[in-house]
Amino acid sequence: MTTRSTHEIHERLLAKFGDAVGPLSEPKIDPFAVVKRERIVEICEFLKTEPGLEFDFLEDLTAIDWPKRNVIEVVYHLLSYTHRHTLVLKVELDRASPSIPTVEGVWKTANWFEREVYDLFGVTFTGHPDLRRIMLPDDWIGHPLLKDYQEAGGWHGISNERENPLVELKRLDDAKRAEAAAAAPQPDPTAKA
Amino acid sequence: MTARTMDPGVGGDVTLLHTSQLDNLINLARASSLYYLTFGLACCGIELMQTGGPRADVMRFGAIPRASPRQADFMIVAGTLTYKMAERARLLYHQMPDPKYVISMGSCSNCGGLFQLGYSVCKGVDKVIPVDVYVPGCPPRPEALTEGLLRLQEIVRSEPWSTKRRPQPERPEIA
Amino acid sequence: MEKLILRRVDRQNEEMILNFGPQHPSTHGVINFLVETDGEVLKRATPDVGYLHRSIEKIGELVGYPGFMPYTDRVDYVAAMFANEGYAIAVEKLLKLEVPPRAQWLRAISCELCRIASHLVSVGTMVMDIGAFTPMLHGIRERETINDLIEALCGARLTYNYHRIGGVAFDLPEGWRDKVLAFLDHFDKFLVEYDRLISFNEIYVKRLANVAVIPGPMAVNYGLVGPNLRGSGVDWDVRRDMPYGAYPNFQFKVPVGKGYFGVSGDSFDRYYVRCLEMAESSKIVRQALESLPEGEITAKVPRNIKPEAGEALSRVESARGEMAYYVVSDGTNKAYRVRVRTGSFTAMSVIEDISPGLMVADLVALISSLDVVAPEIDR
Repeated sequence: MTTRSTHEIHERLLAKFGDAVGPLSEPKIDPFAVVKRERIVEICEFLKTEPGLEFDFLEDLTAIDWPKRNVIEVVYHLLSYTHRHTLVLKVELDRASPSIPTVEGVWKTANWFEREVYDLFGVTFTGHPDLRRIMLPDDWIGHPLLKDYQEAGGWHGISNERENPLVELKRLDDAKRAEAAAAAPQPDPTAKA
Repeated sequence: MTARTMDPGVGGDVTLLHTSQLDNLINLARASSLYYLTFGLACCGIELMQTGGPRADVMRFGAIPRASPRQADFMIVAGTLTYKMAERARLLYHQMPDPKYVISMGSCSNCGGLFQLGYSVCKGVDKVIPVDVYVPGCPPRPEALTEGLLRLQEIVRSEPWSTKRRPQPERPEIA
Repeated sequence: MEKLILRRVDRQNEEMILNFGPQHPSTHGVINFLVETDGEVLKRATPDVGYLHRSIEKIGELVGYPGFMPYTDRVDYVAAMFANEGYAIAVEKLLKLEVPPRAQWLRAISCELCRIASHLVSVGTMVMDIGAFTPMLHGIRERETINDLIEALCGARLTYNYHRIGGVAFDLPEGWRDKVLAFLDHFDKFLVEYDRLISFNEIYVKRLANVAVIPGPMAVNYGLVGPNLRGSGVDWDVRRDMPYGAYPNFQFKVPVGKGYFGVSGDSFDRYYVRCLEMAESSKIVRQALESLPEGEITAKVPRNIKPEAGEALSRVESARGEMAYYVVSDGTNKAYRVRVRTGSFTAMSVIEDISPGLMVADLVALISSLDVVAPEIDR
């Protein structure tokens, strides 16, 4: 077991793939490297099989939407059980038609992660064996984790609005008060103050 | 006076008296053997489980969990109802035999609760099926659910069982 | 052998497609399985999830950093402490906060109690799914005691909301420590009793041993975590291997499936690893109570939490395995993106490929031995 630092792993990636791997982000908290979309499968396979790296566990695969930069980032969190080191990779996709090759062939667990990203972000994973919605119903419209998602207003005739219960409570309360006022004995106007 | 009420003839009074008592008897039996359909959806489902467990022991009030809607008298909707699940909830409600009741357990099934902000959450189970008793809490304690059951028993005891019908929501089309 | 014979006979019969769930007592929450069977033998069981998708990740972007804490409870309601802790650690990482030692110890104590409570539900419902009802009541009885202890600590039975960004919400109440120690004394005896009652029951063992075997490499490839991974013989525990909080200060063993009654990675191993883990958690709580340091229970946290732009990932070893929170900040007082990586989600994905050839009743054993919880899958 040899735990390697992120810099070391990044340098090995640079040596192997050259300009397909971007620079390591300035280490704010967890540094990451942006890689080229076309070579992601190759890079992942290298990271999984290369002796000394052996990232056997795809910890997480998710996406982030950046409408200002017109980019959807797909984020890969890798971890190696053998060597106890970690790596974060990112791929930037065009927001208009996001698509990226699947890494399902490298790690099986990517299958469901990619389905989730497809469902919630609308990213198409080319070569995925079973790309359908996973969380939402099949006939759902839109991808809700995008920043500009608009709710459709209910689903299949079930409204998504709920009337404020305080309105009804106030009506009941007012009715009760009016009743109480009517039932209360009227003060005798002839009585002396 | 005595002789008249004791008259065994076809006196309307006597018959009426008997019918109303039978009603009460039947209602008593119904109220004390309310079987519930476990519909644990989320967090409240765990409290529902613990309500049936050793300490709260809701079975002493005659409420026994059933897994099938065909054997259930009422349904405890325990937890967040999503749109995807809402149609199933309606289907299950229609599969229960009449007379049937619904307890909505927890804020989520009462009104959406914490998850009113969510895009996929149905804002209250009463948008889909009629609800008799609302139990507030997030999640309600077993004691609160037991109280809800006792309220439901009150409803059951106070209604004429033979005419127990209620306006039905639209039946879903079952493919 | 028996399975082969059944298959040959049923080949002349029709194949059926059944819906198993989403409302079914054995599915552990609202999960649907599309089951293709050939008689009693499964051709395939395809999980259909999302019936409890509550848009938690979207809500994380809408409410502020402290406001999201109650929602994390609902990510995993059976073991809510871990979900609290994971989120708190991620935000602390963003804020570069140092949590005082006493708070870290209190976190460890509350989490390990919660792990026991969660595993009690897991082993209890597992036995119930197999067909024995009584052991579940034993489990629930012990769980009620833990619920009381945690309620005394934080005021809630199920959704604790006990951890805060920078520490914990409350210090120990008076006399709590003795109550916990008394409970643990009782609980250690209970574990032996439970094993005698059901774990080594011959019918129960035969029902689970060699059923639905997940070999180690397959478990890693499918991203199984926690007891499911260790049940397959992979020796990995975040608490020991990538330690966080107070865990480096405690001595504990990491139980690994050895094929106690069959092959390593079968349903019994996954079940029994949980039983063993409860004993280890009990040890950790004792050590933590013994060495509990004095001091503050929260760090100095700014009233308006506004981390500088950046991203952080936190890992905690939850009762259902590694739980990771990935929080991205854009410098405002609301998170730009909150992502929860949970153990149940990946555990579900293995079912489709493990199921062919299982008996219908074994599917229930597989699901309950994976100990999935619906909101953790769907979030």
